Amino acid sequence: MAPEAKKKIFWYSCLALILFLSGWGLSTMTSRINYQWYWNRVPQYFFFTGVTEHFPANKGVARVKKIDATHSSVELEYENGDVDHFKVLTDTLGVTDGGDVLETDIIGSTTGLNRGILITGLLTTLEISTYASLLGLFIGLFAGLGRISQNPMIKGLSTIYIEIIRGTPLLVQIFIFYFFIGSIMEFDRFFAGFMALGIFAGAYVAEIIRAGIQSINPGQMEAARSVGMNYVQAMIFIILPQALKRILPPLAGQFISLIKDSSLVSVIAITDLTKAGREVITSTFATFEIWFTVAGMYLVLTFSLSMLVRYIERRFSISD
Amino acid sequence: MIKIQDICKTFTVGLHTVKAVDHADCHVKKGQVVVIIGPSGSGKSTLLRCVNRLETIDSGQIIVDGTRITGKKVNINKIRAEVGMVFQSFNLFPHKTVRENINLAQIKVRKRSRAEADKKTDYLLEKVGIPEKADVYPAQLSGGQQQRVAIARALAMDPKIMLFDEPTSALDPEMVGEVLEVMLTLAKEGMTMLLVSHEMGFAREVADSVIMMDHGRIIEVGDPEHFFQNPTEARTKLFLSQIL
Repeated sequence: MAPEAKKKIFWYSCLALILFLSGWGLSTMTSRINYQWYWNRVPQYFFFTGVTEHFPANKGVARVKKIDATHSSVELEYENGDVDHFKVLTDTLGVTDGGDVLETDIIGSTTGLNRGILITGLLTTLEISTYASLLGLFIGLFAGLGRISQNPMIKGLSTIYIEIIRGTPLLVQIFIFYFFIGSIMEFDRFFAGFMALGIFAGAYVAEIIRAGIQSINPGQMEAARSVGMNYVQAMIFIILPQALKRILPPLAGQFISLIKDSSLVSVIAITDLTKAGREVITSTFATFEIWFTVAGMYLVLTFSLSMLVRYIERRFSISD
Repeated sequence: MIKIQDICKTFTVGLHTVKAVDHADCHVKKGQVVVIIGPSGSGKSTLLRCVNRLETIDSGQIIVDGTRITGKKVNINKIRAEVGMVFQSFNLFPHKTVRENINLAQIKVRKRSRAEADKKTDYLLEKVGIPEKADVYPAQLSGGQQQRVAIARALAMDPKIMLFDEPTSALDPEMVGEVLEVMLTLAKEGMTMLLVSHEMGFAREVADSVIMMDHGRIIEVGDPEHFFQNPTEARTKLFLSQIL
């Protein structure tokens, strides 16, 4: 074996050893505080099988038909002529063939896989981060261009925005957005949370975009202008595409931060992943398990994003 | 075609103020080729860049094809579309293929259709001698090829005037010839050209007049033979003895 390969194997072994020792250390430490692990309590908060009861929309007449060993189909003909179909478990049937049905009668129930609160929280986190990223990118683009503008008013406004947002804690901004601006403008909590996150991200995105634009050789702008393009055309077709390619890694870092920062909106009672985790803990007391699970779920989101960006970067490198 | 009248341009770098162009006058008639020479820092590139307003001037005026471009109400984009510019460092758009580089302004500024632009691009690539490179990116071309693409990009706008800012200075010696050849063809076709260059062989062959600049001033003007035979100024003699 080549000495190079030997060296590599040695260092990989060291890495594995360190990881093993850390894991072992963690487990011995938790055993010293007599913590009981109940990992089996976690999965039900991802998905659980539950019973759903079905109700008629109106008064009507039922037609019941058996379709297989356990299920029956119910056809409801309402008084106004509408027809509804249900498929329920035969054992739970609450109506008879040809019988009259009232709005309050249960037709029957079905069992199915329901979404647990951790998955709902994950989806909320994903949703709020996506909207906030788009808003941040939009604001950041204009604020970034404003920062390099020759016009003192535009430059001043962008600078003030960036300095205020970067100089105050996100948590405080979320409170201001929800309690102050949210009360005046009557935002719901989700909207307030997403606006606060988006405006926060915008300030950082603006600085990244400004740096990206300034890193492009001024000759590019001159060449674009010298063939008669105006400033906006030169920006859109020449400068921004090149800048975007260069700022993709820091931009991705900013959006990964945003996903993590979105956990702060749980303070205004948005049931995102973090708040979902807290709610699960209050009913299971499986504190360690849930926080590890929540951390893992955030990691899945952020890691997927960084993989996606790596893929895009490779696609972009064609012209190099 | 180009009238430069008594223009001044100063740069402020920190606490220093540099007079880049100092009361320069110059006149290029239609179809003429005028070469500007001079030591580095003499303001020759600045003078050239003023002609399509990549630099703004402090005083004086510049008239290009009957339009006073230094006026306030001038649509500079319209003027620039009529004035081709070739840079020392090529400045091709690296994220676009050669074809896209040449097509872009035709479509966005001249409002040509894609097919028309393609036709023009193919014709120009043939003219500068690299028709086979239409679909590669600039990074895959040699310096000489990149500069020829840059010339084609400028020509695609059907300019009335071409400006060249040291077009061969960033090239390996063996590639200078291919670029000069394209420029020679252009000059012989009657293109009005103003160029900053130290290619005295090229100047001798096609230039109608040569301008010598030093410290922002035009110190000597004459036809190429005058510069080769008996330049009057001592500074010109010294400069030429160093570059020839």
